[in-house]
Amino acid sequence: MSERQHPLVALTRTRLLEFVREPEALFWVFMFPVLMALVLGFAFRDRPPDPIPVGVAAGPPAAELSTALSRAGTVKAAVYPDVAAGLEALRTGKIALLVEDRATLVYHFDPTRPDARLARLEVDDAIQRARGRRDASPAAEALVHEKGSRYIDFLVPGILGLNLMGTGIWGIGFSIVNARLKKTLKLMTATPMRHADYLLAQMLSRFVFLVLEVAVILAFGVAVFGVPIRGSLVVLVLLTFLGALCFGGMGLLVASRARTLEAANGLMNLVMVPMWLLSGVFFSSERFPKAVQPLVQALPLTALNNALRAVMLEGRSAAAIAGEAAIVAAWGLASFAAALKIFRWQ
Amino acid sequence: MSTSAPSAIVCRGLKKHYGDVRAVDGLDLEVRAGECFGLLGPNGAGKTTTIEILEGLTKPDEGDVVVLGRRWGSQERELRERLGVSLQESRLTEKLTVYETLSLFRSFYARGRDPELLLEDLSLEEKRDARVGKLSGGQRQRLAVACALAGDPELLFLDEPTTGLDPQSRLQLWERIAAYKEAGRTVLLTTHYMEEAERLCERVAVVDHGRIIAQGAPADLIAGLGAPHILELATDPAVGADVFKGVRGLRDPRQRDGRWQLAVASLAEAVPALVDALEGAGAKLVSLSTHRATLEDVFIALTGRELRDE
Ligand SMILES: Nc1ncnc2c1ncn2[C@@H]1O[C@H](COP(=O)(O)OP(=O)(O)OP(=O)(O)O)[C@@H](O)[C@H]1O
Ligand SMILES: [Mg+2]
Repeated sequence: MSERQHPLVALTRTRLLEFVREPEALFWVFMFPVLMALVLGFAFRDRPPDPIPVGVAAGPPAAELSTALSRAGTVKAAVYPDVAAGLEALRTGKIALLVEDRATLVYHFDPTRPDARLARLEVDDAIQRARGRRDASPAAEALVHEKGSRYIDFLVPGILGLNLMGTGIWGIGFSIVNARLKKTLKLMTATPMRHADYLLAQMLSRFVFLVLEVAVILAFGVAVFGVPIRGSLVVLVLLTFLGALCFGGMGLLVASRARTLEAANGLMNLVMVPMWLLSGVFFSSERFPKAVQPLVQALPLTALNNALRAVMLEGRSAAAIAGEAAIVAAWGLASFAAALKIFRWQ
Repeated sequence: MSTSAPSAIVCRGLKKHYGDVRAVDGLDLEVRAGECFGLLGPNGAGKTTTIEILEGLTKPDEGDVVVLGRRWGSQERELRERLGVSLQESRLTEKLTVYETLSLFRSFYARGRDPELLLEDLSLEEKRDARVGKLSGGQRQRLAVACALAGDPELLFLDEPTTGLDPQSRLQLWERIAAYKEAGRTVLLTTHYMEEAERLCERVAVVDHGRIIAQGAPADLIAGLGAPHILELATDPAVGADVFKGVRGLRDPRQRDGRWQLAVASLAEAVPALVDALEGAGAKLVSLSTHRATLEDVFIALTGRELRDE
């Protein structure tokens, strides 16, 4: 017959079972961040810019002009039956620039549109070359595509941090408020179960998800986008554990008193939305004004994201990110201690 | 108290107020070791509040509680090892299976009963691997009792264990509770059902407005009415209470929903006399029924209200 399990093991195990039997939860933890990285990654992937659409007014030189332009490749030329039709297309934004050849070349364009100014240069260059202009001195291009400095490289560590926060706070918060609402918490306090075991099991079960979660996001980033991991993988994994601990603690604290899902949800948003915006997930937190920097840098997600980027992209050592790690740990410990103190069991 | 058995629960002067609501209003109680004790009362009487105070889940405003010789407040875990609790409203996690739920509760206790045996005890073997969310109401309630038994407790608290069950499920649970009691354990349960209290409980306390208004063995309480039968009748046209004055052996006339209820010591004596009296008053008997007096009638006699406000 069955052996008695340690309560901490039993609690952690049942929490895990509960989680994997919740398909929505799996989606939010594993698929959502991957999809987000995928969409953003493709949106900002490195590729040659689209040719700029331009127009050529009909007339004897029209054929010659559009051949010259299409050979250049940087613009895409369309021929319009007369100047009025071309100007109409320009006004409605279908083309960035209209070329009219009447003895002198006339370029119609709106100088406040950056692509129009670019088209002006490209079009003029293409036509002048086709008509025989020679460069004064030869020029060659050396293009830079360095891994580690692309937007996707910046983004993947940010999404990792964001996900650690989201699953920590949502995962733990909702499960606890739910148990309180259904009075399973109250029923458990009527048994000899240790309160600390219950809270600890919530955190421990998080670590199991965490390993999977981090593996999925990192593997995805490396395999699909070639995001580099320059620092030690061990330090990176320890850092994610620390992050999970921190946000697990904050999840417990947020859920420690809430009696309804609405109240818990409000509190969670109150905690998370500022960090989504301020903590450098999608763009660098350095962009905020100097006056708010001390606040921004003290947020746990900012510290975690900075540390993750330092290890992954810059290959920094554990010692180099000790300061950030300390901030993350301090938030976690303080939250857990506070949660244990003020927790409402019924 | 005359018994030599030690008390499993003693409480004195229990009070608990929620704002203006006096949920428990000066309640004294003693449950002897080895007995099944029932708290009986209508909705809002204070049964749940009382039992949760005794379980150490709610702090009373006033009063003294001793459970298995200890008071709440220190070394609670040791005491909890010896108790089993099922709450009126708690819902077990739906995503877990029956067996997983029982193993979880079993893990909380140092000593306890094997989950496989608990499944047998409550005839849940077939549902061993079913998710809790897929159980019927009756199966869920049996599971709740099984969880309460996971620590093989000396003292079992059950708050309305059979409310909402079909008669067959109720009967199954009664058998299980009776078997548990046979093993010399103590049970404190709350219920709306008179039959449940009469079948299971050695003694009951009738609770109303947070106080105990009667206490004792069900049979004694019923005998205390002084009339073992209850007679219910309706007439056309309706008659006043004075009609019954002259009839010997009729007591406590009470009008409810246009019908009269009377306590009767001897039916053979009272019924013919009653028919005569009605005839004399020019009223025709429309319906007449009798039943043996129950705890329900005790409650009505004490409060003038029905126990279940359905
Ligand atoms: N947490 C609470 N806050 C406010 N009022 C409460 C609370 N708990 C109970 N009460 C009130 O105390 C009274 C007694 O409630 P209790 O739940 O003890 O009744 P009960 O006898 O168990 O009723 P039922 O048969 O419906 O379960 C009720 O009037 C109820 O509204
Ligand atoms: Mg109740």
